[in-house]
This record gives sequence, C-alpha cells and structure tokens, in this order.
Amino acid sequence: MSLKRISPDDVRHVALLSRLRLAEEEIPPYTDVLNSILEYFAKLNELDTSSVSPTSHSIEMRNVFREDIPQPSLPVDKAIANAPEVEDNYFRVPKIIQEM
Amino acid sequence: MEFEPVIGMEAHAELATKTKVFCGCSTAFGAAPNTQVCPVCLGLPGALPVLNKTAFEYVIRTAIALNCTITEKTVFDRKNYYYPDLPKNYQISQNYACIGYNGWIEINVNGEKKQVGMDNVHLEEDAGKNLHPETGGAESLVDLNRAGIALMEIVSRPDMHSADDALAYMETLKNLLQYLEVSDCKMQEGRLRFEVNISMRRKGEQKLGARAEIKNLNSMRTALKCIEYEIKRQTDILSNGGKLNQETRLWDEASFCTRAMRSKEQAQDYRYFPDPDLVEVHIMPEWQEKIRRQIPELKDAKLARFIADYGLPEYDADILTSSKPLATYFEQCQKFHNNPKSISNWIMTELLRELKCREMEPDDCPVTPRHLACMIKMIDEKTISGKIGKQVFSEMLTTGKMPDVIVMESGMSQILDEKEISAIVEKIISENQDTVESIRAGRDKAMAFLVGQIMRATRGKANPQLVNQILKDKISIK
Ligand SMILES: [Zn+2]
Repeated sequence: MSLKRISPDDVRHVALLSRLRLAEEEIPPYTDVLNSILEYFAKLNELDTSSVSPTSHSIEMRNVFREDIPQPSLPVDKAIANAPEVEDNYFRVPKIIQEM
Repeated sequence: MEFEPVIGMEAHAELATKTKVFCGCSTAFGAAPNTQVCPVCLGLPGALPVLNKTAFEYVIRTAIALNCTITEKTVFDRKNYYYPDLPKNYQISQNYACIGYNGWIEINVNGEKKQVGMDNVHLEEDAGKNLHPETGGAESLVDLNRAGIALMEIVSRPDMHSADDALAYMETLKNLLQYLEVSDCKMQEGRLRFEVNISMRRKGEQKLGARAEIKNLNSMRTALKCIEYEIKRQTDILSNGGKLNQETRLWDEASFCTRAMRSKEQAQDYRYFPDPDLVEVHIMPEWQEKIRRQIPELKDAKLARFIADYGLPEYDADILTSSKPLATYFEQCQKFHNNPKSISNWIMTELLRELKCREMEPDDCPVTPRHLACMIKMIDEKTISGKIGKQVFSEMLTTGKMPDVIVMESGMSQILDEKEISAIVEKIISENQDTVESIRAGRDKAMAFLVGQIMRATRGKANPQLVNQILKDKISIK
C-alpha cells in the first residue's frame, strides 16, 4: 500500500494550525518524524480488516449519560485562578479582531 | 439578465436544559461572570465530559418533528480551532454521524405553502462570550458561563429564494422549537441565532454562484435586512460583470451593511475527528418511539382544542396559538378568570401591540397573566369600565403593579351610584341647554356630545349604561 508522503509545506501548515512556531531548520527533522509515524500506520493498513466493521472507539461501551440535574460549579476565584490576567472576574486576553 | 437568490440557513438554538451538555453547571441566564464553570467546561486537564441525556433527547425530538431520518449510531467529534471563548481549543460537535439527516419543514410564504429541506440536525456545545470594552482597549474580556451549554444546530438546504422565504422559515422554525419545548428561542438573549448562506444564480440555471456566509445576525429583523442587502450587493456586482468570491461576511449594524472578514491565508481546517472521551450513542427504535410519544401538543392540535374547549372563534384561536408562549399566556389567564373571549380580545389588541413594539416575549411582559386576568375580572364585576381598563393596562405595563392596587391608588373605580351620576347629568344639562333643545327637536346625534361631557366630568369613571339611561330619562321627562 503506497502512502502519500508528508512534505515540508504540510509540516508548516500543521504547525500553524497547532499554533507552534517552528524555526526553518526544524522543518526537515519534523518532516522525517511525521513520515515515520505515517509509515507505521501503513504497516497497520497491511492487516486485513474486511470482516471488521468500522468503529470510532476502541471500547464496546455505548449510551453513557448523566441526568439533567445541576451540580455545584467552581467558586469564581478558583475558576479564574490560572488566568494570566483577570479583570472583574473575567479572563482578560489580547483583543481578537475578527473582521477587516 | 435576471438573477435569483439561493438561500440556506444555519440555526443555532440553546437547549432548555437545566445543566450544560457535558457537565452539571447551571445554564441560568444572567449570572455573574465565570460563576457557572467547572473543570469540564473550563477544559482543565483530566476533566472528562459526560453527555446530558435530556439534551440528546431534545435533539432527537426536534429531528423527528423536522421529518429527519434518525441515525442509528451517532458519534461526537472534535472541531479544532483557537479562540479565547473556546477553552479546550476544540468544540465538541457532530460531523460524521449527526443525530438527524434529510428532513423537511413546511413554511407559509404570504399564503403560499413551500417546503424547505433539512440537511442535518446535530448537537454541540456553545462557546463562551467575548466582551470588547467600549473604551476600545487592546484587550477582550471572556466569560465562560455560556461555554458548554447544549447547542442544537439545524442546517437547512439552500431551498429559499427570497427574503420573505427566509423570514417565513425563521419564524416557522422558532415557532416549532418553542412548541417542542426544546428551547425558549429568546433571540435577544442569544438563545436562537441564525447564519445565512446566500448566492445568486441566473434564473433557470442550476449552477450556484459563489456564496457569502453571513454571521452575527442577532434578530430576524437584522437577518431580513442583511439578506435584502446581500441580494442587492451581489446582483449589482454580477450585473456589472464582476466576480464574487466565496467568503464570510459580518453584518455591521452601525453602518447597515455586510463587510468581508479578513480572509485567512488558508481555508478553514477544523480537523474533525471522533472525540475519544465520549462513546457512541445508539438510537434504538424503541427509544425513538418513546421520544415521539413525548412530543407535546403542537399548534394544530392546540388550535382545535382552543375552539372546542373555550368556544373561541377560529380567528382568535389562530392568533393565540401563533406562538407557544402566547398560547400558554392565554391558558394561564383563563386559569385565573374564566372569560375566554374577553381574555382573547385583550391579548389580541393591547398585549400583542405592546409585545410587538417592545420586541418582547409574553413571559417577559410585566403584565403577567395574573395581572391581566385580575383586571378583566374587575371589568366583568363592573368595578371599572373597559375604557378605564386600558388606562390600568398601560399603568400595569409601566409599574408592574396589580390592577386592584392601581385602581385603589388612583381612584379609578367605576361610579355605579345613580344619585351621584344623576347630579352630574343635571349639571351638564343645565350647562348645555341649547344642545338639550336640539335633541328634543330631534337631533339625536347631539346625545353623544352630552355623554362625552358627562364622561369627561367623571374622568371616564361613570358607568356608560347608567349615564345613557339617566340622561335619556332626564331629557324626555323635563
Ligand atoms: Zn461545567
């Protein structure tokens, strides 16, 4: 089974999506590492799974629910304890400008 | 060249569950910032989501009512993106196996019945709220109380071709969701939101043009204005030989137009994959059937019952059942005071007029069913006249006081005492001898003038039947 290889551009794209800042010299080693991971999946692909139905999970469990009954939330000081910055119990973050 | 708009809509409705979709935090509206959060909805490491059964069943209920095919094995997926209101850096949603597919809803556009197809109905979680301080600082404030509230997304097919179609669709859908009791759909509190996809195609052609996706529509009025604006904008560009790009635009309420969002260098890439923290949900036929039987009384059944049980004209019943909250309002009034037709009249005139101009839902009105029923009871018991009732109504609206308190405080009680009315009638007669003569000479119409004078002298409090009767007696006896 042949596999599409990951290119340095793919690595740059994935790094951007993951908000990872990679230096240019880091691109080739990551390209190699990711390709070796894909090769491992190619190995898995050699298994004949034609008689196994697809699943999204490795465990058999299904239909796990909770009832719609309120539980206590965290006290607000705990909720915002890890915030880098706080204002009036809000998390304060750099302004995100979505438009223009 | 003639162009035709092709419109599809995505609706997001916050479900009316007491708790969030994957944790037990309360969903009550208006709490202080970040007081309804826990490790799960804050996305703290190690916290695990557990699905709210009621939320899931509400989506099945909606999918059934929208004539969808229910998926036997559903899965939750992670939609990955970065935004400060999304603490986990992914939203739990459904992409590969939504709860319902391929449904339809019937809409009525100015008397013409049309069908709008449903692509899918699925369950996801809401994001938090970003506040951008008015002062225009370099920072945003984030409140995560809303993060993790159960959100149902309903995706229509692009089956609408005018702003009117879209409006009818939005109204019908909102109405249905309220009747299904799955969401209160309060748009002013952001619990029902619409996004519009719109493109233009040459009339008679199948090929769709590049479409614009418009977000940030917080009311139906806004959505309507925005659709009208986009139809014109796109038609103008195409008519002048221009080309349109597929893009996301935002409605700008201040400048009354849509504006393109900065196009990112790469297309959106959400990298959906099944969430390993949540197991599959299998919707067995028995479960589906149980939910189908739980569907509450819908509009048509309620309308028939209002006619049969309350003896209301079809016209009244149709208006009263035009929305679930209004129908509930009526039935609550009826519980306090049994006079269906009078209650109906007051709702159809005074109440609806005020609700409309305040863009308010019936259950947010300061005039509650108890207020209105109590006031109608006072009219029926002749404590006040219908005309005074209108004053009392507007007083209840501004102060929220009960009608008996208002009447007592401002001395609006009806004058039923014949002696008292007689005295006033005599006074008016003596002041208007000319008019009295002309009535005796046959000008009956002048009676109305005298009645008006008497009502004015009593500030509208005299019982009109008594006034008429006493006046007639006095004029002819003399
Ligand atoms: Zn929570």
